[in-house]
Amino acid sequence: MNVKLWFLIHKWTSLVCTLFLLMLCITGLPLIFHHELEHVLEDGVEAPVMPADTPMASLDVLGERALSARPGDVIRFMFWDEEDHPHQTFVSMAASLDAAPDDSRLITLDSRTGAVLDEPGPPGGFLYIMFKLHVDMFAGLPGMLFLGFMGLLFVVAIISGVVLYTPFMRKLDFGTVRRQRSKRLKWLDLHNLLGVVTLVWALVVGLTGVINTLSPIVVGLWQQGQLAAMTADYADQPPPTQMGSVQQALDTANGRVEGMHLSLIAWPGTRFSSQHHYGVFFRGDTPLTARLLQPVLIDAGSGQALEPEALPWYVQTLLLSQPLHFGDYGGMPLKVIWALLDIITIAVLISGLYLWLGRRASTARRVDEVNSGGLTEDAQP
Amino acid sequence: MSRTRKTLWQIFRAPLLLALLSIIGLVAALIGDGLLDVLSWLTLGSTLAVIAWYWSRRSG
Repeated sequence: MNVKLWFLIHKWTSLVCTLFLLMLCITGLPLIFHHELEHVLEDGVEAPVMPADTPMASLDVLGERALSARPGDVIRFMFWDEEDHPHQTFVSMAASLDAAPDDSRLITLDSRTGAVLDEPGPPGGFLYIMFKLHVDMFAGLPGMLFLGFMGLLFVVAIISGVVLYTPFMRKLDFGTVRRQRSKRLKWLDLHNLLGVVTLVWALVVGLTGVINTLSPIVVGLWQQGQLAAMTADYADQPPPTQMGSVQQALDTANGRVEGMHLSLIAWPGTRFSSQHHYGVFFRGDTPLTARLLQPVLIDAGSGQALEPEALPWYVQTLLLSQPLHFGDYGGMPLKVIWALLDIITIAVLISGLYLWLGRRASTARRVDEVNSGGLTEDAQP
Repeated sequence: MSRTRKTLWQIFRAPLLLALLSIIGLVAALIGDGLLDVLSWLTLGSTLAVIAWYWSRRSG
């Protein structure tokens, strides 16, 4: 492979994805701090203080509370986040079990009394707009997969950029930034410096972003694969008409795991369970296993548990790639570093755009520029 | 600006070191808390320090 070919790969993969990557970097910036911003922008609710040993209400009671707060809706999921939202139960509801994810409504209940703490209206607000632009540009699955493709181009652009770094730096010391010669040379040097220093971070965030865009597909694979195999005996049975107690399902599931925390319960007929089972999902209790999930499936009619199986590797990969994309796993300092690296990446994108727009030249000239470490620029004022 | 052609090793030793530090930083906070978080801030943050150093140098 010669320099010209790598130059053309770098140029075109970069050009195609740059504007979308800029959008992703800019919308991603507030999302890094979404937790802090939620408290500022949207008055975060707090559960009232009660004696520490106040027991949690039965999930059946909590479910009834949620259903009476939104008559006509069904419950799809209940989930918990004791670290950031102690004593709060989140209930995700919708008009029907198979309604679009965007049509979900979230109710927050006090886990001990069942009191409704928060009942948000339809989704909206600054953070929601940032989130939707970042994830699928309001274009659903096609938008999500398109952004995933842009992320792949970004990865190719990074790799081809590293290849071009070699001839460019043949006679230059690491970190050279030539300010005196021309504006173009200064930004060419900075583009190379910023790009090569943040290389690993940009590759990891880019690749994990691509993996995240595959999440609907990963969930689908799990449904068709492991979940279908585990519930094969139920394939010909009609869905249960009478739902058994969800609290009992949780108690049964609790007996099948050790040293884990409840994370989410999926109702039968939702994306995360079968037509016949409550899917009770537990998190581990170490920093690493807290990111992974262990489902226990409970027959919604009989209350019997299926033998738990570990999630397949492709689901685990998705779960582990999420923190590496969000940067939310090392406290506030890591978030700040994440944001600064994000801004550096914006500088790489904009300088790249500037290098392409400024003083258009033939490919041959540009290849000479790479091969000579930018020295051909000296000949011009 | 050096006159001689550099070897691949000379060109890539600094980027490789920073890549290694980045990998340590990305993984450290993932596998533990406390000291491992601090290690993650220092290693991943070193890339920002390197950028600040070379960008602000009054030379060239």
